[in-house]
Amino acid sequence: MLSPTILIPALLNGLLTGAVYALVALGLTLIYGVLHIINFAHGALLTAAMFAAFFAHRLLGADPYLAAVVLTPLFFALGYGLQRFVIGPAAHGEDRNILLVTLGIAVVIENALLYAFRADTRALNLAYAFEVVDLGVAFVALPRVVAFGVVLAVAALLWLVLSFTDTGKAIRAVAGEKLGAELSGIDVDHIYAVTFGLGTACLAIAACLLIPTYYVNPHVGNAFVLIAFTIVVLGGMGSVTGALVGGLLIGVVESLCGLYLGESLGQIGIYVIFILVLLFRPSGLFGERA
Amino acid sequence: MSRWPFAQILLVVAALATVPLLTASNVVLNFLTVALLIALVGQGWNVLGGYGGQYSFGHAAFFGTGAYVTAVLQMRYGVNAWMGFALGIAGGALVGAVIGALAFRSGLKGSYFALVTLAFAEVLRILASVAPITGAGVGTLIALDLRPQAFQFQSRAPFYWIILALVAGSLVIARLIEQSRFGAWLLAVRENEEAAKALGVDAARVKLAAMTVSAAITAAGGGFYAQYFLFIDSGIAYGPWISIEALLAPMVGGVGTVFGPLLGALVVKTLGELTKLVTGDAPGLDLVIYGGVLVLVVAFAPRGIASLPADLRARFARLRSSVPERADA
Repeated sequence: MLSPTILIPALLNGLLTGAVYALVALGLTLIYGVLHIINFAHGALLTAAMFAAFFAHRLLGADPYLAAVVLTPLFFALGYGLQRFVIGPAAHGEDRNILLVTLGIAVVIENALLYAFRADTRALNLAYAFEVVDLGVAFVALPRVVAFGVVLAVAALLWLVLSFTDTGKAIRAVAGEKLGAELSGIDVDHIYAVTFGLGTACLAIAACLLIPTYYVNPHVGNAFVLIAFTIVVLGGMGSVTGALVGGLLIGVVESLCGLYLGESLGQIGIYVIFILVLLFRPSGLFGERA
Repeated sequence: MSRWPFAQILLVVAALATVPLLTASNVVLNFLTVALLIALVGQGWNVLGGYGGQYSFGHAAFFGTGAYVTAVLQMRYGVNAWMGFALGIAGGALVGAVIGALAFRSGLKGSYFALVTLAFAEVLRILASVAPITGAGVGTLIALDLRPQAFQFQSRAPFYWIILALVAGSLVIARLIEQSRFGAWLLAVRENEEAAKALGVDAARVKLAAMTVSAAITAAGGGFYAQYFLFIDSGIAYGPWISIEALLAPMVGGVGTVFGPLLGALVVKTLGELTKLVTGDAPGLDLVIYGGVLVLVVAFAPRGIASLPADLRARFARLRSSVPERADA
């Protein structure tokens, strides 16, 4: 066994990384909960957001945390437009078609980025990226602590929006009973697009939180999105609590697997959990029985 | 009209078989060989996705297994190439049967099935990128040995005829499925699984059989790839690109039809080549086109380009007939 001096920092770092995973998963689960589709373009949209945050700093000198203020509404609009004008009309209301359309969008975005920026891996070099915070039991990087706090705040905000605003209530109504919501005068197409926009906006925030300490290349989103799929399935499709708890859990699992098995095999741990949950409890820990 | 069901297949294959006699151009033969390879892999996907309605996003799992078994048995265990190729197909079928048994026993369908196939392909890709037996990150090179016994040839033509024969076999399998009782069960499961079960169809078993056949066909494509290019690594064999090509060809050509994957593969590969002619060999651009084509096909020709004229006519007819209705209302 490893000593606590190695184990505790690994656990903490796992939790902090898991928070960002949770945010990515939050967007995915929100979209699934309302539209009942798995958005295969989620990873590619995250990659696009990371490139946006990267170039906002490189070209305009904008701090990633400030860029989030602009990028979040921008990606909300992007998500809204994608669902309203591409995915919705193209899918003809069939689940199989939605799978293919979101996959097609993912392929387009990812490879357009590859074409524009090549496969090069880029990273920002920010002064505060290397600052550490002393948590008493371990030192952790400052940007990760910031990310953790922001994720909790975003989750709380999302909960408030869903619970108390008219739009939030409409979203929950559509998620629960689409036909009933439509009959009570809710514009379902609009609510679908708003939900997709909110899910995409989560990605813009996640991207801005990641970019100070992470790298970006055209395939970077894939790693996150498979983790996000795992979290969503583990936490229960459509469950916001599930996404948060699942995210933290997966962060810790990855960190510990990496410690014991090494970097590349560490990823296997996540996939194995994913497959096991899919096979034996596809409704997840917090989801309703499918 | 009672015609011999394989007449069309014979005609198409015979016409394609004459190509190497008409041209010795390596460019043409290479293009057609790759297109036929995608047609084969696409037909594999079509058996499960088209006829069975189970959309897999991870056919790379079968392609890669076929490729690695063929290559590794030759290079590490001295097995004859043809034997390796046959075992590669068997290996792919086995992987398909195992994943299918797990997935269908758990009742996974729709998005969940797409996800679990994707995850299995990724697990295999990561394992292949670290396991010593596959050459890990370096990949596996098949030594040059230009003899027919070693499944290698001096010229492109024999390769072309072999892949054409494999495609012909896959066309016959698709036609047999259409004509058989098994095919009727499979279509019933696709259209309404609950109703099919109520009528006594063992849905899980039918899907499992379809997935095994599907995986075997796709694995044959992988084995052929290894012999043709003589090099594979984890990104080629188990990479997402082949999973996308596998579903794109039948989607474009006509999902759940005998000739859909072949037609789709030819169209998609032609589009890819045209893009390269216009823009030069830029990485990513061909896939941008493929992704766009996929969205457009789903939006405007959900039954594939073969049915596009009929679909458009139906759409116009609907538009025209809906005008007076709306005026009445």
